[in-house]
Amino acid sequence: MSSEAYPHLDGNAAAGELNRIFAFDITATEGQCSNCGARRRFAEAHVYMKCPGIVARCAGCGHVLLRLVNAGGRLLLELRGMTYLALDKSQFQDSSG
Amino acid sequence: MAIISRGFTGRRSAAEAKLPPGQYLTTDFPVLSAGPTQHISLDRWEFTIDDGSNVLKRWDWKSFRELPSETITTDLHCVTRWSKLGTSWEGVSLDVLLADLKTDLPYAMFRSYGDYTTNLPVKDIINKQAWIAFKYDGADLAPEHGGPARLLVPHLYLWKSAKWVKGLSLMPHDKPGFWESLGYHIYGDPWREQRYSEE
Amino acid sequence: MTWRTATVVGLHDETPTARTLTLAVRDWPGHVAGQHVDVRLTAPDGYSAVRSYSIASPPSADGRIEITVEQLPNGEVSPYLTEEVVAGDELELRGPIGGWFVWRSDQREPIQLLAGGSGIVPLMGMIRSRLLANDAAPFRLLYSVREPEAIFYREELEALSAKHVTVNYAYTRAVPKDWPRPPGRVDRDLIASVTWPANLNATCYVCGPTGFVETVADLLSMAGNRREKIRTERFGPTGERK
Repeated sequence: MSSEAYPHLDGNAAAGELNRIFAFDITATEGQCSNCGARRRFAEAHVYMKCPGIVARCAGCGHVLLRLVNAGGRLLLELRGMTYLALDKSQFQDSSG
Repeated sequence: MAIISRGFTGRRSAAEAKLPPGQYLTTDFPVLSAGPTQHISLDRWEFTIDDGSNVLKRWDWKSFRELPSETITTDLHCVTRWSKLGTSWEGVSLDVLLADLKTDLPYAMFRSYGDYTTNLPVKDIINKQAWIAFKYDGADLAPEHGGPARLLVPHLYLWKSAKWVKGLSLMPHDKPGFWESLGYHIYGDPWREQRYSEE
Repeated sequence: MTWRTATVVGLHDETPTARTLTLAVRDWPGHVAGQHVDVRLTAPDGYSAVRSYSIASPPSADGRIEITVEQLPNGEVSPYLTEEVVAGDELELRGPIGGWFVWRSDQREPIQLLAGGSGIVPLMGMIRSRLLANDAAPFRLLYSVREPEAIFYREELEALSAKHVTVNYAYTRAVPKDWPRPPGRVDRDLIASVTWPANLNATCYVCGPTGFVETVADLLSMAGNRREKIRTERFGPTGERK
């Protein structure tokens, strides 16, 4: 693997931070990309963690799905890139199963 | 209150240096990116200056590299708290690119290959404050660090030094770019620790 | 999700560059195989670094978990965890994290595990969890490493009965003596010969560096596995997450 290409991680890597905000496990949630319409589990999103925030992109078209910024006293969450998030109600259990 | 981890110092140098508030000195060069590394072939690269309606100036790689360039040695301050001192670059000054451009539009939005943008007042990119840099440490700028060319504006936090830059749009009013639109300071002066936008 | 205090209660070297840490975690709520924790280290001047590590141990009630850390050449946290830390030291961690890249013992379908390097860690958690379950479906593991000395949990993997878990290795740089294949990456032929046929609708778990995961997920898809049956977890280029 070339050290040039900065590879992304995936939705699993962002779960620790996102779990601070969501009452459910984000990785198992299905989301729809508002750009290309693809529906995927958030775990499969291409996530960039090494920047001034977390950026999750559609694995298909690269469009930004979600951004999270830890801005001092506030957490800012942008979800513009997702048309919706769909959760199984069983996900409201504690994630330890 | 965090637990202090016995013996942990991280990847930082102990050297004493005058740093902006809240920064740590680093000796490596971290790669931070909001998206995939862009790979732009030189025969399709271009840099354009527009005013929102009209393209005012355009260079391809050949004509860009014919412009006078200079070497710059400067310090970098990233909002994620690392600072790297004494970095050396070669680039074309924005003074050269904006020369004989008649405009009174006071703001600029820099645009990159990929979808990254960042906004700056024009007065912060003239008078030897900004360059389009194409060499780092004597070698061609690597794609992971923004090559073939990136903006370099060292007096502001490094998120303003857009990688894979492809042009700038002059604007009448300041508008937030990629990070400025989600919590980061619209201006970003590290010496006044302007990391985040106020409420 | 809050940061909890964890005390190092055991250390075990897996290879010359990788070490398993046993952690006693205050108020640990338990976990499901495949989940990970975030570990935070803080220097005396307040500088902190956070890294994610998969849980290698199966679910248990004793409040202890194991993580296996590989020392990375330019790592900031891994050298500390593999060389500096001693029993009795405290770390902060939060978790367990993740609800998709998990295996639960009520899953009945065949399971295909594919590990690249340190990607074996969460999959070993799944294998260990599987051995505690009575009538779970059969597992297959394809474990890709540079060379034989890089294998984690070697004795344990060798002791596995094929009745529960079939293990196959792929070596990318150096092979053991008399190995039938030359060194090489996982390819279409290997997938075809050692993984569950796609018509069995196995759930596949692929874990390792991003490049490995992308390549192997594509190979599984080309072999006929449906995309929603392929679950992935990417580590960074050198195996580090974040």
